Amino acid sequence: MSKDKDLVGFRVQSLEYQTKLTKKFANRQAWKEPNPLEIRSYIPGTIIDIQVEVGQVLKEGDNVLVLQAMKMLNQITMPFDAKVKEIHIKEGDRVPKNELMILLEE
Amino acid sequence: MSLKKHILDLRKRKEQVEMGGGEKAIEKQVAMGKMTARERILALLDQNSFTEYDLFVEHEAKDFGMDKKQLHGDGVIIGTGTIYGAPICIFAQDFTVAGGSLGLMHARKITKIMDHALKMRVPLIGINDSGGARIQEGVNSLAGYGEIFYRNTIASGVIPQISVILGPCAGGAVYSPALTDFVFVVDNISKMFITGPGVIKTVLGEEISMEELGGARVHAEITGNAHFFAESEQECFDQIKKLITFIPWNNNKKAKEFPPKAPTFKGNIEDLIPSDPRQPYDVRDVIRSIVDEGDFFEIQELFAANIVIGFGRLNGQTIGFVANQPLVLAGVLDCDSSDKAARFIRYCDSFNIPIVTLEDMPGYLPGVDQEHAGVIRHGAKVLYAYSEATVPKITVILRKAYGGGYIAMNSRHLGADFMFAWPTAEIAVMGPEGAANIIFKKEIDGADDPDEMRKLKVQEYKEKFANPYVAAAKGYIDSVIEPNDTRNILLHALEVSVGKDVHHPEKKHGIPPF
Repeated sequence: MSKDKDLVGFRVQSLEYQTKLTKKFANRQAWKEPNPLEIRSYIPGTIIDIQVEVGQVLKEGDNVLVLQAMKMLNQITMPFDAKVKEIHIKEGDRVPKNELMILLEE
Repeated sequence: MSLKKHILDLRKRKEQVEMGGGEKAIEKQVAMGKMTARERILALLDQNSFTEYDLFVEHEAKDFGMDKKQLHGDGVIIGTGTIYGAPICIFAQDFTVAGGSLGLMHARKITKIMDHALKMRVPLIGINDSGGARIQEGVNSLAGYGEIFYRNTIASGVIPQISVILGPCAGGAVYSPALTDFVFVVDNISKMFITGPGVIKTVLGEEISMEELGGARVHAEITGNAHFFAESEQECFDQIKKLITFIPWNNNKKAKEFPPKAPTFKGNIEDLIPSDPRQPYDVRDVIRSIVDEGDFFEIQELFAANIVIGFGRLNGQTIGFVANQPLVLAGVLDCDSSDKAARFIRYCDSFNIPIVTLEDMPGYLPGVDQEHAGVIRHGAKVLYAYSEATVPKITVILRKAYGGGYIAMNSRHLGADFMFAWPTAEIAVMGPEGAANIIFKKEIDGADDPDEMRKLKVQEYKEKFANPYVAAAKGYIDSVIEPNDTRNILLHALEVSVGKDVHHPEKKHGIPPF
């Protein structure tokens, strides 16, 4: 049987229950609204080529960088017209999934 | 040669091959805390029941110097035997022979015993301890894996298939266990992953140990790939033997009936449950209080513990239990617990095991992560599995049965044969607080003291609707029962359901929300 110290208040609909949490639930990540100005890695990989500079004004579809993942060269392009504000990576970097690579400003 | 000499020659040949990879390799295996493949088979099967086949099989590979290498038994032992008298087909990969690597003949031996198991309609046990594909044999290794996966699939739901991971099981090799019914793992010995720590480090720069990536605990607790976790190989074999006593040899048979035994529980069942629906209790205590000898054999104990599944006996007959666990996450349904329950329900249905559902759940787990993880798709599996099952299906509602959860947990509407409820049951579209807030919004908002009015209205709703009698008045609940009568009523319901014969429209197969 449980030790009472493991019990926490846990809300489902309108009632709060006394219960234990699973490790998985306790470790889950809170959802954050995505920022469209951030270009993040959609797959883990290696930065092969950075094709832009800070301050550069680019059009939608322009080349930004090449991210190599699983032996494929993925061309990352501009999602919309914008200016490059910050570059957070350099060539040769290995990036995990969802890492901030480029920050844009409109 | 005289006859005697022939026999001596045979014995000598057998002895040689039975040494597997030789003394040094065996020493290494033992140093890793592992038993040898042969020891494992002998420890698992009834004494003197093991008969081996294909002992003298040799590989035919020629490239990369393989023509000069002799691999005893080609790294795998196959045979037949019994567990508590039940016929068993078994294979065990021998890590001492070329790391248990899988080549063409190794795979042929495995598929041979799989074919035999399917033909004879007997359970198959596979002990996995292999470094993976035998690289020197190239595409032949891949062919071997594919032929094993195909057989796993065809045999699924026909014969019980059990996988025991007693060493590494990496890359494509993991998919054979994943296709089988029950996966057993042992702490510090089992390792399962698609991509090992080495590749992950090279590609991602992430450093992780084998244990943290795909050790026994990870698969028992987090991924749900494993169904049984043990501290030692011997404990693991005891678990397998116990499982075998609960399940039939094949889908045309029933599980063996044991002599009826009374439960060991001697108290009042209602005392196990707090009357406040917000207070937790361990639903396994309720199961133990009604099954023969209090013996409940839990499956996936560590994974998605907010639902409990497992086998117990009622008057000697194997029953599959599915129960919400108020002790963990208040017993909600979420992606993992839905997967866990749905697969078990389908297992029971395939193998003619009646299902008893004990319900006490507040609904589905709220949250962005759940919605985005596909709780709709996963939750639908529970509805699918219950609706599709044609074995006797009995539900007992202990406390809460709110909203979608009420429907999902084997309700009358999904084809339950018997619906029982304790007098403590609350069957309603949602909890009283939520319902009162919506229904009496005007009254609450317009009151001088809204909080007081809310309390009043919640109480009013509770008295009118948070009980089993509204559902019983519609015939959705067959009988409101006293908790202490639960076992007797289940026994009766099972007794009158033995001849259950339900057929759905003929089809090739359904399309469950995988």
